[in-house]
Amino acid sequence: MAEFIQQLINGLSLGSIYALIALGYTMVYGIIKLINFAHGDIYMIGAYVGYICIKYLNLGFFPALIISMITCSLLGIIIEKIAYKPLRNATRIAALITAIAVSLFLEYTTMFIAGATVRTYPQILGNITFKPMEGVIVNIQQIFIFAVTIVLMTVLQFIVHKTKVGKAMRAVSSDKDAAQLMGINTDKVISYTFAIGSALAGAAGILVGIYYNTINPLMGMLPGLKAFVAAVFGGIGIIPGALIGGITIGVIETMVSGYGSSLYKDAVAFAILILVLLIKPSGLLGKNTREKV
Amino acid sequence: MLELNNIDVHYGVIHALKNISLKVEKGEIVTLIGANGAGKTTTLRTISGLIKPSKGTITFKGQRIDGASAPEIVKAGISHVPEGRRIFPDMTVRENLELGAFLRKDKDEIQKDMELVFARFPILKNRSKQNAGTLSGGEQQMLAIGRALMARPELLLMDEPSMGLAPLLVNEIFSIIKEINEQGTTILLVEQNANIALSIADRAYVIETGSIVLEGSGKELANSEQIKKAYLGG
Repeated sequence: MAEFIQQLINGLSLGSIYALIALGYTMVYGIIKLINFAHGDIYMIGAYVGYICIKYLNLGFFPALIISMITCSLLGIIIEKIAYKPLRNATRIAALITAIAVSLFLEYTTMFIAGATVRTYPQILGNITFKPMEGVIVNIQQIFIFAVTIVLMTVLQFIVHKTKVGKAMRAVSSDKDAAQLMGINTDKVISYTFAIGSALAGAAGILVGIYYNTINPLMGMLPGLKAFVAAVFGGIGIIPGALIGGITIGVIETMVSGYGSSLYKDAVAFAILILVLLIKPSGLLGKNTREKV
Repeated sequence: MLELNNIDVHYGVIHALKNISLKVEKGEIVTLIGANGAGKTTTLRTISGLIKPSKGTITFKGQRIDGASAPEIVKAGISHVPEGRRIFPDMTVRENLELGAFLRKDKDEIQKDMELVFARFPILKNRSKQNAGTLSGGEQQMLAIGRALMARPELLLMDEPSMGLAPLLVNEIFSIIKEINEQGTTILLVEQNANIALSIADRAYVIETGSIVLEGSGKELANSEQIKKAYLGG
């Protein structure tokens, strides 16, 4: 039992990180129907920005988190303006290929500047652990992951449901033309969406840095893909779906490496993707929409 | 108030509107009737800035608005009730109405206007917390009209408000349109149901394959043999 709870806690920490990344995927998809494959690399940049803040600027965890989120949101806005906006009316495949190109660009630019070496993240939170029960250990990093995730989710929920920007985002994602007829500037709303999604990815980056202790320029690839699977699992375009998907993928992955073999942990996410696509392609919370005439 | 001069619209190689000129004076109900695919919806979408004309000018209260963005046109005072209603199904009735007032900052006045919409359509008040997608077709049409009114438009563009509604409801919606007009909002109405559109219109235009082929007062056109044959089933 203790072992199960321990795995569950580990799974929830990992899942929270996937959920934070998955939200960006799903929000961008909801608004412009683009799978932003560069999203995982924004998370990587977030980890590097945090690294610079903590190691070279001697900042604490929270200032580093905030700077990293702001940097990533600006990066998200710039990427959208330069790479995706000119393709707004192009075919979806053109935008998708561009997203892959942006992803490679971010990875290899980081490699060029920071080098390909794996860097050790500074242990800013120290080495504190708690034992809530016999045989279960929760470390301070995990507590920070939960706390930050819960706070960000709450803020996001508030933005999406209670603010004017959030309502505009939901309107644009539901019907772009009708939203314009309300006077909503869709370009602005798209920028906000990239900003918010990228900020969440930046937060995930710094959390992963302190959790796993290491970062490298290609660290965004696999978590990016898994977060994409999480978004599809929950129903792409649906915000609560990304949360559920992220947590589920994280827990399953941890359980598989804990009870089965860690060899299979990466395969599991993709097995889930295949199953979802076979059984319920619209995802857990997705509606099988029929075109209304 | 609104004037289209020699408007051309192209969709790729398709020449959707050819040399369209029409006028709407303040306080009028003007209707644009024609068959499916004649270019009625395209005309409205061009006025509200969703489509850019390839030629010609549009002026509203003396200002050029062709080339302006859709939000700028809403700000200028034109609201559009789109074809098929296009309400936001996953948002509540109240949220839909709030979005109608998206560009306005006068909170108290917005609240007043919302009460006016609820007074006009009491059913919307009862369902204000419900998702708009759960409304019936008639209720959705009322919501779409209410949402457009929330912008306090001077000119209301309406695209096929009768579409998919039972005859009784159609009459109700049209008497509401008439009422809105009498309270000071100018209306440009697009309809396939020429009969009912001509019955409330001050003036009317007939559009065929992208060109205006006939214009006149509502009465004149309702009595014209040509119109009776082509559109009124007589």
